[in-house]
Amino acid sequence: MTTRLLAAAAPRPEKTAVLTYNFAYLDEQTKRMIRRTLLKAVAVPGCQIPFASREMPLPYGWGTGGIQVTAAVIGRDDTLKVIDQGADDTTNAVAIRAFFRRTAGIRTTEATAEATVIQTRHRIPETPLTNRQIIVYQVPIPEPLRWLEARETETRRLHALAEYGIMHVRLYEDIVAHGHIATTYNYPVLVNHRYLMSPSPIPKFDNPKLHRSPALQLFGAGREQRIYAVPPYTDVKSLDFDDHPFAIEPWERGCDICGATDSYLDEIITDDRGSRIYACSDTDYCRRRVAAQDAENAGAGQ
Amino acid sequence: MNPAPPTPHDHPRSTPAPGPILGAEGITRTYDGIIACRNISLDVWPGEVVAIVGESGSGKSTLLHCLAARQEPSAGTVRFRPEKAEPVDIHALPEAARRRLMRREWGIVHQNPRDGLRLYVTAGANIGEPLMALGERRYGSIRAQAYHWLEQVEIDTQRIDDLPLTFSGGMQQRLQIARVLATRPRLVYMDEPTGGLDVSVQARLLDLIRRLAAELDIAVLLVTHDLGVARLLAHRLIVMRRGEIVEQGLTDQVLDDPHHPYTQLLVSSVIQV
Repeated sequence: MTTRLLAAAAPRPEKTAVLTYNFAYLDEQTKRMIRRTLLKAVAVPGCQIPFASREMPLPYGWGTGGIQVTAAVIGRDDTLKVIDQGADDTTNAVAIRAFFRRTAGIRTTEATAEATVIQTRHRIPETPLTNRQIIVYQVPIPEPLRWLEARETETRRLHALAEYGIMHVRLYEDIVAHGHIATTYNYPVLVNHRYLMSPSPIPKFDNPKLHRSPALQLFGAGREQRIYAVPPYTDVKSLDFDDHPFAIEPWERGCDICGATDSYLDEIITDDRGSRIYACSDTDYCRRRVAAQDAENAGAGQ
Repeated sequence: MNPAPPTPHDHPRSTPAPGPILGAEGITRTYDGIIACRNISLDVWPGEVVAIVGESGSGKSTLLHCLAARQEPSAGTVRFRPEKAEPVDIHALPEAARRRLMRREWGIVHQNPRDGLRLYVTAGANIGEPLMALGERRYGSIRAQAYHWLEQVEIDTQRIDDLPLTFSGGMQQRLQIARVLATRPRLVYMDEPTGGLDVSVQARLLDLIRRLAAELDIAVLLVTHDLGVARLLAHRLIVMRRGEIVEQGLTDQVLDDPHHPYTQLLVSSVIQV
């Protein structure tokens, strides 16, 4: 008896501290529940499937939905990349990578091409995804019709009957107020010619990347307890009017760091006198381009 | 007196019609055993305006809701004849088909315009919404139709980008009518369309409804407690009391020579100025 108590009170070796978590934090029953939901979501592209979201060790709005989906799909051989607004080095991205390193013991990376699972908030990486990859989106409000219809019972009926006329009212109002469709993020899309879907608050710049993407795209909304998905190579169409077609925003300049003209740029204020630079929001993409340019310059110098 | 059987009367403008656009048979609706309307049968023919009058609580709004598929009757059938198609039992249709029918072929004008409008989107969007719901995807065309219908209901077209919230009660009601008519329905239900409006506005609105109903050749089923409204708008009148039809016929005939004591009471209680 005494021996057992002493053994329990004795400081544990560091290795066992890691093992006190189940693989990827969630218990196996929860992961099975989420996987069942994911299967339904993949079977009906763009349809929001309810699931029993769990309390996670991070606040709502920080990616509780995304982290649960990641935990449910990640395996021991996977390599995880986490981005927040395109950046690998923001608090949320760093913390979630560390979370899975600690609870699942898996490898993490900042390189888009090396990752097999990418959890993201607000961006899709510039490097094209492949059919070996899963991208998991953190979703704050999964219901694209919420802006016009507050009742959940009614939005569910509208989805069931594919009555999406009111979504165009929002685009109409944009044109009335601004002369063009001024919705720039969370731009509504129609998935597989059937379900209206919120692509999560990614800029509309990223909407074309959703269309026929080779990667499996999973969306998790923790607070709202919804999961939805876009299977690989599925049609995703951004809503528009025939005489006001969907268009992504152009920039008149390139990235001030790597010179890219094909990436989504962040405006970064550099001092309190109004100086600013524009730089790729996808830090991995930017760094890779700079490295390639350096290598080229070094090669030319020799 | 037994109610006279509904007769297909000749509407001057209509071409010979293949049958009533709306036919109700034996509609009964109860709420927990309380009977709101009992065994009501009626027909509405293309292009005619039928008014249902009766005192408050006589079951006329319940009847309208049953006919407009907003409520399911406890018993009875409602048949609607879509354009170029056979009549369908609207309560037996699957919900998707019924809603499609409601969008394409019907319109409902609510007593309170706030029930029929989106107050926080512009007037133009309010008219455009049913069009977009039917699949219109050209902004320019939606815009043009919004202008057209605002003109039709005599709202200054400069107000197209204003919120209905900033409109007067009469303007809101006219905007609601414009929104309902934009899809060119063949049958419009109106539940006290002039209730709550002052008398001069009422007169203008009645004039407008009468003109549009005639020009567009739409059938209108109107519920009102105001015999004056019925006299001005309706070709045919149905008088209800305690959930039953007590008298029906041509409007002028019923109002000038009421047979049923209750109708006589109604007619004699109209305040003369």
